[in-house]
Amino acid sequence: MKNDLCIEAVGKRFGAVQALNDVSLNIRPGELFGLIGPDGAGKTTLLRLLTGLLSLDEGGITVAGHALPQELGVVRSLVGYMPQRFSLYPDLSVVENLLFFARLFRVPSDQRHTRMQRLLRFSKLEPFTRRRAQALSGGMKQKLALSCILMHTPQVLLLDEPTTGVDPVSRREFWKILRELRNDGVTLLVTTPYMDEAEQCDRIAFLHQGTIIVEGDPRRLPDSYPAPLVEIRCTDVVRAAQILQDSGAAESVQIFGDRLHVVMTSEAHTSEPLREILRKRGIAVETIRQVDAAIEDLFVHLIRSHP
Amino acid sequence: MVSRIAAIMIKEFFHILRDPRSLAIIFLLPIIMILLFGYAITFDIREIPLGLLDHDRSTESRALAQSFAASGYFRIVKILSNPSEIETAIRRREIWAALVIPADFEKSRQTHAVQVVIDGSNANTAIIIGNTAQALLLDYSLTRLQTPMNPLFRIEPRILYNPALKSTNFIVPGLVAVFLLMVCALLTSITIAREKETGTLEQILVSPITALEIIIGKTTPYIILGFLVAVAVLIFAKVVFSVPFRGKPLELMVLSLFYIYASLSIGVFVSTRVRTQQVALMVSLVGTLLPSIFLSGFIYPIASMPHFLRILSLVVPARYYLQIIRGIMLKGIGFNELVWYAAVLFLFGSVLLGISIKSFQTKLEG
Repeated sequence: MKNDLCIEAVGKRFGAVQALNDVSLNIRPGELFGLIGPDGAGKTTLLRLLTGLLSLDEGGITVAGHALPQELGVVRSLVGYMPQRFSLYPDLSVVENLLFFARLFRVPSDQRHTRMQRLLRFSKLEPFTRRRAQALSGGMKQKLALSCILMHTPQVLLLDEPTTGVDPVSRREFWKILRELRNDGVTLLVTTPYMDEAEQCDRIAFLHQGTIIVEGDPRRLPDSYPAPLVEIRCTDVVRAAQILQDSGAAESVQIFGDRLHVVMTSEAHTSEPLREILRKRGIAVETIRQVDAAIEDLFVHLIRSHP
Repeated sequence: MVSRIAAIMIKEFFHILRDPRSLAIIFLLPIIMILLFGYAITFDIREIPLGLLDHDRSTESRALAQSFAASGYFRIVKILSNPSEIETAIRRREIWAALVIPADFEKSRQTHAVQVVIDGSNANTAIIIGNTAQALLLDYSLTRLQTPMNPLFRIEPRILYNPALKSTNFIVPGLVAVFLLMVCALLTSITIAREKETGTLEQILVSPITALEIIIGKTTPYIILGFLVAVAVLIFAKVVFSVPFRGKPLELMVLSLFYIYASLSIGVFVSTRVRTQQVALMVSLVGTLLPSIFLSGFIYPIASMPHFLRILSLVVPARYYLQIIRGIMLKGIGFNELVWYAAVLFLFGSVLLGISIKSFQTKLEG
């Protein structure tokens, strides 16, 4: 089965707000695709369009060869959708939630048990089968939610910020599960506001204010970064950022925790002038070195150049 | 289709059973209400505390006072000696009314003005006290006429179906109507609104389920719950207040289905139009429970309502169900006499449900 996703020139508006504008994506069968973007970029809207929860204003969508909205019923039986908010029943146990989804998707009763056991093993929820969903930790809840939508073995998975509010260890574990599913041939479209999760994907697209501004392999995308990038470790990063910003020697300055990422103006060839500027204002520079841009830098740059 | 409806139904039963507090309220509330209506809020008035101001102090005046006391409707609790004491006693609520007998009551053979001063702060009891006093005085004057004579005409009431005019007999059927509505309309609207609020509806909607399947799955458990509440209320009323049940229970059950259907349609209709449980609760309370209590004939007769409210009462399902349940329980009538009320309820439910299913799309936007 060709379980791909075709999104062509999709537009959606809510009243005066253009939530999505001319969005086109081709997600290949068996691909783990990341849709990255800040809150309000339109990620959830796109997933809701893909599940027919919202209707299209412009453009077309086909899921595994079935067009929306004409073949909504077929699409819904093929797709597993995990909304952003935890939407299982808190007063039902792990097993009861799984069985609910099995019945909802008409999983034949002779297969329910084996599938459930497999998913419980897969998500490491076996010891908690009788626990109510409300008593699970954030990470376990997300794994249960994923297991529930896997009960009907969907060929396409749409996950809306599945790792938001989940601790770092569980997040890594969750992504491991997603990669395993990808290896089994499932097509996954995952949204996330976390830049570091982008690198876990085969391909990513960056959505900003309803428009896709860049798309590609997360390992190669940063190479397209246009200017030299310098990382500075120093005291008082906040004041240092301000000083460099005002000095005119830097195109832009970003604070990353205890470090600064400085985009040099294109005519600058070394980072030495920066050290000098900071030293004059009484800021001690620990290290200063040219670095390769990360995805995060690219996105920040793209957002700036996209008014 | 069956599997998906079953999925929702089973889940819904779990929700109900896992919330024992709400379940207890659903069963206890009607029983508490019956106790209140049965014992405390009785509309039957006996032994009204009466003050006596006898200016005459004659055999005749004592005989009149005695006739009041002997009637059982009044109890003379205070002998007053001057008119100013009347108001004081009424204000202190020592007496609800005072009987004032004029000084020449025995001697004069003219028509006397015997005064009854009534506490009007409760209009209902004031009217009953006035009527009762009137009747007792008339009775007394007939018996004391110099030349005993019989009046030309006399009303001899014979009250059918509830000869003792016990309030509980007509309150209990009304309570069944109100509580069936509460379980079916209020709980259904809340339970659907809850799924909207918590986002679980979004998860269900992306399955290949249809609007009709969701509605059937979500309402069936509440139909059963509503039935159980009704049966519990009726058994309790029978045991504790010996409320009569003259018709056939099976006929009541079948006809009740039409009322339940109409009630559910209200619940579903409300839930398609609101987003949160709180709003669902408010709308259901104001839109269904209040009209069922005040506009259905449960407490206040529809015939004595202003024209506008009488028209409004036509769309209150409880109005029709009260005819059904009072008819079966008190009059012992059945299908033949009541089928039209059931038809109206069926029509009401179908119209509302039709609108709801149309607007309850498996989508998030309007």
